[in-house]
Amino acid sequence: MAKRPGRNIPGYLALDAAPSTLTRVRRLAGLVASASGWLSRKLGRGGGTTLPGVVLLKLRPDAVAEYASDLGHGTVLVSATNGKTTTTRLLAAATRAAGYQLVTNTEGSNLERGIAAALLKGHRGADLGLFEVDEAALASIAESARPQVVLLMNLFRDQLDRYGELETLVDKWRDLLDELEAHHEPPVLVLNADDPNIAALGEGRTNVVWFGVDDISHAIGEREHAADATTCRDCGAPLQHQVVLVGHLGHWTCPNCDTTRPIPTISASAIELKPTGQMVTLLYPAPTGPRVELTVESPLPGLHNSYNIVAAFAASWAVAERTKRPQQAQSVARAIAQTAPAFGRGEQIELDGKQIQLLLAKNPTGVNQNVRTILASPGDLHVLVLLNDRTADGQDVSWIWDVDWETMRTRVGSLTLGGDRAWDLALRFKYGGFDMDNVKVGPDPAKALDIALAATPLGQTLFALPTYTAMLDLRWELTRRGHTEAYWSDQT
Amino acid sequence: MSSIHTVRLCHLYPHMMNIYADRGNIAVFRQRLAWRDMALVITEIGLGDDIEPGQHDLYYLGGGQDRDQNLVAKDLVAKSPALQAAADAGGAQLYVCGGIQLAGHSYVTADGTQLPGLGILDLTTEAGDSRLIGDLVIDATIAGTTHRVVGYENHVGRTRLGPSCVPLGRVVSGHGNDGESGSEGAIYNHVIGTYLHGPLLPKNPWLADLLLGWALDHRYGPDVVLRPLEDTIETRAHDAAIARAGVNR
Repeated sequence: MAKRPGRNIPGYLALDAAPSTLTRVRRLAGLVASASGWLSRKLGRGGGTTLPGVVLLKLRPDAVAEYASDLGHGTVLVSATNGKTTTTRLLAAATRAAGYQLVTNTEGSNLERGIAAALLKGHRGADLGLFEVDEAALASIAESARPQVVLLMNLFRDQLDRYGELETLVDKWRDLLDELEAHHEPPVLVLNADDPNIAALGEGRTNVVWFGVDDISHAIGEREHAADATTCRDCGAPLQHQVVLVGHLGHWTCPNCDTTRPIPTISASAIELKPTGQMVTLLYPAPTGPRVELTVESPLPGLHNSYNIVAAFAASWAVAERTKRPQQAQSVARAIAQTAPAFGRGEQIELDGKQIQLLLAKNPTGVNQNVRTILASPGDLHVLVLLNDRTADGQDVSWIWDVDWETMRTRVGSLTLGGDRAWDLALRFKYGGFDMDNVKVGPDPAKALDIALAATPLGQTLFALPTYTAMLDLRWELTRRGHTEAYWSDQT
Repeated sequence: MSSIHTVRLCHLYPHMMNIYADRGNIAVFRQRLAWRDMALVITEIGLGDDIEPGQHDLYYLGGGQDRDQNLVAKDLVAKSPALQAAADAGGAQLYVCGGIQLAGHSYVTADGTQLPGLGILDLTTEAGDSRLIGDLVIDATIAGTTHRVVGYENHVGRTRLGPSCVPLGRVVSGHGNDGESGSEGAIYNHVIGTYLHGPLLPKNPWLADLLLGWALDHRYGPDVVLRPLEDTIETRAHDAAIARAGVNR
């Protein structure tokens, strides 16, 4: 990649021999933006992880493109409805272990301002950018970041008031991939063969690495109610799923035309799920000859995390191919083994002889997976659900009706419902056939936490399923009680 | 229990037209009958299936994605006579979101394509240039009584009513049928169309009971009585949603 002179010196403040006015302006913009984050933290106004990006983009609207073009190996973008934070963390660990110098937004926002902030802070000495990207923002960010590898994992119904209909997003992504393909160096696409919508995006393209889950022992009987990709993208006929694994992910064919699930380049051939993690056997192409096996141990629970693991592995493989570096499969496996759950995505917090497991509740398919994971624990389940309806949660709370809460009806030892829309949750559980005499309801998250903890016996786990802002409320409350650190100090 | 009162629900395209938590409306029908020792029998009707005339007391059609709605619109042409006959015979019908658009005469999409409608409700819909999204509160007047109804709306269609149907209610807060007339939904005989989801029925249980009453009437005549239920949680959720929309109860 061609580099402009004077801009690739390590250390942002290192002086060029003769800095141009433009360079000086850029530096000043960077300094001002960095200072804004420091000031925000000093004033106790939250993490200050995003503000520098906002300021930087005001002063330098092309900042992402400028920084990205300086990265020797370019950028990798990760997007999906579910799993992008966890997968980006896995991929960050994997690429670091393989020797790349990374700049990444695993701690911050996945919008353009978050990526700008990450680049501002971490571009010095970096040769690879790895960014989690909001699915609605992917098109505009890809335009400036010019990715070498794009990992697209799944699309599920999610916050219709923010993202609109799934079909609209699929169409936007297809337009983007068409546009990227027209570039002289189109990116490698790492796509989920098991999601019919994602598979359709790769149809007719040659630069695709397919990933999927081949182990069908964890199949569920039928597509979940919240499944969306139910008709063929090519002919409109109803799709047939031979195997359903998560939501509408699985092994599928169209009985009308010949469209079918692509054969994965890299797959999870065997998965052993445990309450506190899993073993995944990955099959991937050897430099010469047939595919080879590698078994990876991970502390991430649930089949949805199996998808995240195989996705991250496939993307790390694609990055090595693209940058013509040798595969580092063993060190990638070790890196995956050492990657703990991300903020609120299954992390465990110790509290007075009890555990709290935080499971972010974002959308029906994600919550269904969390419920499935919870159900794998033995004995009575102690559950706290918190529903807010602020912008980051989605203001339309109707999605809770698409979650299959009923699967835990006979397993619940205690159930506490809270958040701004606690009574909507109560209605959902009432019409789901739960015994409401044993369900505690009240909006205040701190009180709900107290009630739920009191109902959880010593030595046992309270499973907390909060929406995004409710999780921030809950974390704030736990921090106030001295049990966990504030999220902006959560370094990976 | 052979004499148990049973409502026969015809659920139209449940696997395609279900994105605005339409499942919640069905759950309300089922549970509010079950709590009164009555039953709901559901027939799912999909693309290419026939509707048996006279075999259903209650019909439901929810909202879907544009692509699915287009497929459904074409498929509904063949089903129109059966649904029209059922509406005229006093069968209860509920059309939500995409459903109200399909129950009208036609729907003109953003690219100018005219999709056929059932023509049961005297209304037409045209795609606007922005989506109407947010909390929606209306005052619905049916048979002389007015109820405050709460929900959420998310639609690009602008619906305009013809002379032979009346709006379900007047907008108190939100956009309603077209964002300007102040009308929301439509009602004709025992047929209700509305943009209110959230879903509609859990927070507005009287409306569920009204539809169930019509359905029981259709099957058994006017002697079957729906006894009142304890609706404390329903009321609290209703009031919380209204408070969020910033209007009074």
